[in-house]
Amino acid sequence: MSTVRDRAPQPAGSGLNDDIGEEKRLELYRTQVTIREAEQRAYDLFLQNLVKGTSHLSLGQEAVAAGFGGAMRKGDLSFCTYRGHAHTLARGVSVEKVLGELMQRDNGLMRGKGGSMHLTSADHGVMGSYAIIGAHLPIACGAAWRAQYKGDKDVSTCFFGDGTTNIGAFHEALNFAAVWKLPVVFCCENNLYMEYTPISDVTAVPSPAGDRAGSYGLEKIVIDGNDADAVFRTARAAYEKARAGQGPSLIECLTYRHSGHSRADPAKYRPEGELDRWKQRDPIKIYRERLQQFGVSEKVISDIEADVRREVDEATEKCKAAPMPPLDILTTDVYADGGWAWRN
Amino acid sequence: MPEMTYRDAVIRGIAQEMSRDPDVVFLGEDVAKAGGVFKATVGLYEQFGPLRVRDTPISEQAILGAAMGAAMTGLKPIAEIMFSDFFAVCFDYIANEFPKSRYMSNGQLKCPLVVRTGNGAGSRFGAQHSQSVENWCMMIPGLKVVAPSNPADVIGLMAAAVRDPDPVIFFEHKSLYPTKGEVPDGEIVDTLGSAKVVRPGKDATILALALMVPRALQAAERLKSEHGIDCEVIDVRSLVPLDTQTILGSLAKTHRLFTVEENPRLCGWGAEIVSIAADEAFYDLDGPPVRITTPHIPLPAADILEDIVLPTPDRIVETVSKSLNS
Ligand SMILES: Cc1ncc(C[n+]2csc(CCOP(=O)(O)OP(=O)(O)O)c2C)c(N)n1
Ligand SMILES: [Mg+2]
Repeated sequence: MSTVRDRAPQPAGSGLNDDIGEEKRLELYRTQVTIREAEQRAYDLFLQNLVKGTSHLSLGQEAVAAGFGGAMRKGDLSFCTYRGHAHTLARGVSVEKVLGELMQRDNGLMRGKGGSMHLTSADHGVMGSYAIIGAHLPIACGAAWRAQYKGDKDVSTCFFGDGTTNIGAFHEALNFAAVWKLPVVFCCENNLYMEYTPISDVTAVPSPAGDRAGSYGLEKIVIDGNDADAVFRTARAAYEKARAGQGPSLIECLTYRHSGHSRADPAKYRPEGELDRWKQRDPIKIYRERLQQFGVSEKVISDIEADVRREVDEATEKCKAAPMPPLDILTTDVYADGGWAWRN
Repeated sequence: MPEMTYRDAVIRGIAQEMSRDPDVVFLGEDVAKAGGVFKATVGLYEQFGPLRVRDTPISEQAILGAAMGAAMTGLKPIAEIMFSDFFAVCFDYIANEFPKSRYMSNGQLKCPLVVRTGNGAGSRFGAQHSQSVENWCMMIPGLKVVAPSNPADVIGLMAAAVRDPDPVIFFEHKSLYPTKGEVPDGEIVDTLGSAKVVRPGKDATILALALMVPRALQAAERLKSEHGIDCEVIDVRSLVPLDTQTILGSLAKTHRLFTVEENPRLCGWGAEIVSIAADEAFYDLDGPPVRITTPHIPLPAADILEDIVLPTPDRIVETVSKSLNS
């Protein structure tokens, strides 16, 4: 992969005391395990008919969310898609709030009014999850415009898939952000598929995001999206650039989803052996080995894993026990006065 | 009172709000240095500078999306979509994004912005630059929709729209830009959701919006002088929120309802009001409500054709007089 700018870092003699450091690495691992366990649980709960509606898991794509989330500062803003549980968790939103929304309970992030595709936690900078392909790229530009106009130092990040690079809003937003030099980072998670169609079947260039960057005067950046260190370093550089007033970045992260597109998709369209090959490059496996190579003890690693499992178990029980939303929220917050009145 | 054009009122309305609040920003195609294709934003760039009045690429989705992101995070953007027909290329924001983010997020997100746009026929521009699309917006929960008919209302409703915490779609009528009206000096702030009785009368209520208001008023004068029919004309002004009290109050007095709508027939705004009247004022009515609309066809370009498809004073006079005398 000659286009990969930031290869998996070699464990250096200095080990954990490199530019990422031990504390950040343990945080990146914890975030990835949290996403893995929460998504796995969401799937199990779906099989038990406790997650209703739809859900789009990021199993296999954890390193992207963790790397970006880990590089963000408090106050930075995330704009996610329907496949947004991971990015929401990566900003520190609790598993209970996320699972609660997936289970459409009153303890969910939006008390069941949004559902799994629209996770939002403004307090954590998660400014919505958007289910119309491409819609949120221009919206992230607007948030970045506000930062530029007001002299605020936050950066907006917009996450989306490979398929999204073929819709008009992607191109409008990239041009707009570049012309206005906005502090926004566009992160394309290239998991090789749209819903069911391989992205290569429908795209004129091999790198759906990377090969378009030049059209907007941006550098082509394609990285290993299964290596949280590579993602973290690339995101960090993009944030520094944005905060310095140097404008937007477009980052393509190569990754793969282990599950189907959405809840019931068995993903039969994938060629034999493809999933197994990618599972050998499982981001969690890669990162666990990285920590071991760097001399982190098995105990520290397994304590994190046990901790996360406990959190996910407790969250699950709380959600199962939580009431359904009360009917009186049906008509709240249509308008800013809190209600839904359209006439006197 | 001093007179001013509808076009200059747009400029003054925006300038009034931008002077008041530094968080009010304005973006659109050709709006800054060129002053807008309808010359309705001339001078704003010079007055407020390049950071607050910004030319955009021809990217309607980027314009509305950026306005939304800015609104969500603390600005009060005014976005221009040059022709309302172009709503069709950025309708996702109007239909799915602006009006739903507050609800879906259970009140965590806000969207205080104004989309202003040139709406309506009369310029012989044909089917893709002449439509009246206010009904496209009226049907969406979460939006507010206004369409002023005169310069003073332009300023006052613009102020109300900018100060409103919800997304407001602000329809300016292209054929009204050169028209004049009296405008008081000083700050003007109106309220959304209020209709105005612009001509009191006792025999029939005529509801109209934007360009149809002056036409309804002309027709009312002729109905009085030629037919002895005394019509009350109401400028609906705001489709959402809808001032049903003023409308139903008028029906209780006149007992007859006519709507004059520039939008094509099906699902035009008058249909909703007629249904409300049928529900809530059925026993006030002495005859069937009648809708006077543009027929259900795309708009033609030729002046001779365009002139006969829009409701005219002649058509209003004929329809109302026949209906009341039958
Ligand atoms: C405008 C629009 N078109 C189509 C869809 C249906 N749809 C939902 S997800 C999806 C695939 C998107 O693929 P990609 O951008 O690669 O994201 P991924 O799901 O792989 O994360 C499609 C086509 C949609 N939600 N919005
Ligand atoms: Mg994809």
